[in-house]
Amino acid sequence: MTATPVAPTVEGAPPRERGWRRILRAIGVQNLSLVAAIAVLVLVIGSQNSAFYLTSNLKTIGMAVTISGLLAVVQTVVIIMGGIDLSVGSVAGLASVASAMLFTSFGSGVSLIGALAIGAVCGVISGSVVVFGRVTPMIATLAGLIGYKGIAQLVSDGRAQGYTGADPLYVFLARGSVLGIPTLIWILALVAAALHVMLRYTRMGRNIYAVGGNDTAARLSGIDINRYILGVFALAGTVAALAGVLITARTGSGQPVSGSEGLEFQSITAAALGGVALRGGKGSIGGTILAVILLGILLNGMSLLGVNPFWQNIAQGTLLVSAVIIQQLRNGERRVGLPK
Amino acid sequence: MRTVTQASASLTARGISKNFSGVRALDGVDIDLPAGRVTALMGENGAGKSTLLKILSGDHLPDAGEIEIGGETVSFQTPFDARSAGLRVIAQEPEIVPHVSVAENIYLGALPSGRLGRVSQRAIEEQARQDLERFGFGHLLDPARLGVELSPAQRQIVEIVRCLIDEPQVICFDEPTSSLSDHETDVLFELIARLRDEGRAVGYVSHRMHEIFRIADTVTVLRDGRLIGSREVTDTTEGEIVKMMVGRDLTSMYDRDRREPGAPALELEDVTTDDVTGVSLTVHHGEVVALAGLVGAGRTELALAIAGDRPVRSGVIKVEGTPRQFGSPREAIAAGIALAPEERKADALVMVRTVRDNIALAVLGSLSRFGFVKARREKDLADRYIEQLHIRTPSAAQLVQNLSGGNQQKVVLARWLARDAGILILDEPTRGVDVGAKAEIYQIIDELASRGVAVLVISSELPEVLGLADRVVVMQNGRVTGELHHTEATEERILTLAIADHLSDEGATS
Repeated sequence: MTATPVAPTVEGAPPRERGWRRILRAIGVQNLSLVAAIAVLVLVIGSQNSAFYLTSNLKTIGMAVTISGLLAVVQTVVIIMGGIDLSVGSVAGLASVASAMLFTSFGSGVSLIGALAIGAVCGVISGSVVVFGRVTPMIATLAGLIGYKGIAQLVSDGRAQGYTGADPLYVFLARGSVLGIPTLIWILALVAAALHVMLRYTRMGRNIYAVGGNDTAARLSGIDINRYILGVFALAGTVAALAGVLITARTGSGQPVSGSEGLEFQSITAAALGGVALRGGKGSIGGTILAVILLGILLNGMSLLGVNPFWQNIAQGTLLVSAVIIQQLRNGERRVGLPK
Repeated sequence: MRTVTQASASLTARGISKNFSGVRALDGVDIDLPAGRVTALMGENGAGKSTLLKILSGDHLPDAGEIEIGGETVSFQTPFDARSAGLRVIAQEPEIVPHVSVAENIYLGALPSGRLGRVSQRAIEEQARQDLERFGFGHLLDPARLGVELSPAQRQIVEIVRCLIDEPQVICFDEPTSSLSDHETDVLFELIARLRDEGRAVGYVSHRMHEIFRIADTVTVLRDGRLIGSREVTDTTEGEIVKMMVGRDLTSMYDRDRREPGAPALELEDVTTDDVTGVSLTVHHGEVVALAGLVGAGRTELALAIAGDRPVRSGVIKVEGTPRQFGSPREAIAAGIALAPEERKADALVMVRTVRDNIALAVLGSLSRFGFVKARREKDLADRYIEQLHIRTPSAAQLVQNLSGGNQQKVVLARWLARDAGILILDEPTRGVDVGAKAEIYQIIDELASRGVAVLVISSELPEVLGLADRVVVMQNGRVTGELHHTEATEERILTLAIADHLSDEGATS
């Protein structure tokens, strides 16, 4: 059809943006400032200790951020959908124990698949509580944080389980490398790339942004939002379980709590630092990955420079809050009352 | 009871300018709001009315210019400064605290409290009842209701009362009637007349021409951030004002060729939901049916039920002659039913996403292959509708939240045009939309009907109902009270059906 409105287009449409502004916008000011922060940090740390630039140290950083990075990227997806998953750390712990115990009885293949399946089930349970029990994601997964940790402690009697240190698959996961790059880094890169493509280029990803941006609009536009909520929580559980399997691989045994405790908050920290809006609908995997790298370099640099490790948490907290303050003020948030 | 003070402070603003990141929203605007007069502020969306009101309310600081109230120069750093200077701007979309009562919402920030700061629920409800009564809204709102239960009209009333209890000298209304029914509008206009007679300066922003002629003394028109001029209502015409607003002539907004309707597309037989009872109506292909009635008559709820978002308790909904039951909007959309809901921002648009994403939202499946969205086709689709519907946006990649109301509404329409829905339900499609965009939306509706789409329009604006509809179905209190062919529909007859006290079934069925 051709609408022939009475009115010709009225003047007043804002002019198109100039070239360089469009490029800047495509990268995102948020991401640029993260890149700048990383660059500054690298220069400062490198000038103090040249060992920082060693390839071996870069690998160390990469491997150190893999586990928290996995949780951060999947947390990004959950938050973009308008949810939050506080249970990812506990699911990782449960999966770690489960993988070690399954390994002892059935071998590495079954243990890997079994652990991932358990993670998926945990996610579906959280998602079901949210969708069918009408519980907010915060509370539902807070219950998961406590409950799944309890299950991990119960089945393991609170102790580390099994020994996977001699199994080729687990050794490959923990210390192997492909094309000179450690397996751990590959895993994070592949998962992050897959989630990035999913969010950016698929119908599923678009709908996740829509559900997070306005769930009523999404529902009235024919999106089956329950399916998306269940699916995304299942995804979060599965990726968290993958992180748990890597904990087992790294430590050589199943860890119910140590190695996974507190990871949920690290994942939220990275997502928020990466520019993911906690109210949903906004954010990207790229931003989160930059934030993960920034945090990894910060912690690595502090230990290289011999800073008292207790300062690490203080530095992370300060970094997070300053980044978000800058972000909010740039958005022109009015300084009144509780921020949205 | 408070004593009513005799107020006599005028507001004068001179040379007000405001830029937003390089875009000039206001350019040296002079505005007078004299005491004891109602001054209407008119202009298309984007003309600068909202910016001006935000400067008056202290939400924005002007880049240049001076404001005087009662001869004294004032400068507002915060909304609180504006309040203390005796100026209140009544928001169009008021903030209502959801889980406290109407009374507490009214006295928000200044709860009357007794000894030890104790707030007596009963006392403030009683006071709220008196204040509501005093302003003429006593019968429209129960002070004990919770904020979350209120309709948009009732929220607006809370906001009005909330602002007036301060006894401001200068009061600005920002499209107060966009969510009000005609009866509520009458009450409001009586109140505005009283405020004027008390000597207060009243500013009144609206897109509804007939209201301006009813209530205003002076009309001041803005266009593109500049003052175009002021006219006494007694020496101007609707045509002149529209011309000033748009800088061109709008011959007739409702220029429709009415055609013979086709086969029935949507038939409701005795449909009962939690909110409506025994509703029967039919919309044919190529026909525009208006659903008229007061706010709260159950029209929005009926629309949601047809669109599969509310359960149908009994009765039959037939689509293309086949009885259907929808468990979700998804199923209704698959059957060809599209709903553009009343609350555009809250229920229709993903504000933080782009125009392109919002247009493509309901057709991503057909734009995708193996689950991957084809960016090219998506962009082409968005560009096509941006051009076709004259959506004013720098590009398809613009965030929807940066568009004006009329353009946002066009994005919602584009979403359903892209979907090629056979049955389109539009709930208040021109609410908060400027004159130019309104005419364009009417044009689109007419185009759709001529292509055989069955259109059901819910509207509280009677001229719109009369101008658009082939048939008018009137609802009151969850029931259909009558149906009028466009040849027999008049404002009086529709109103009679909408507000008649006796719920008779004979009505004026044709």
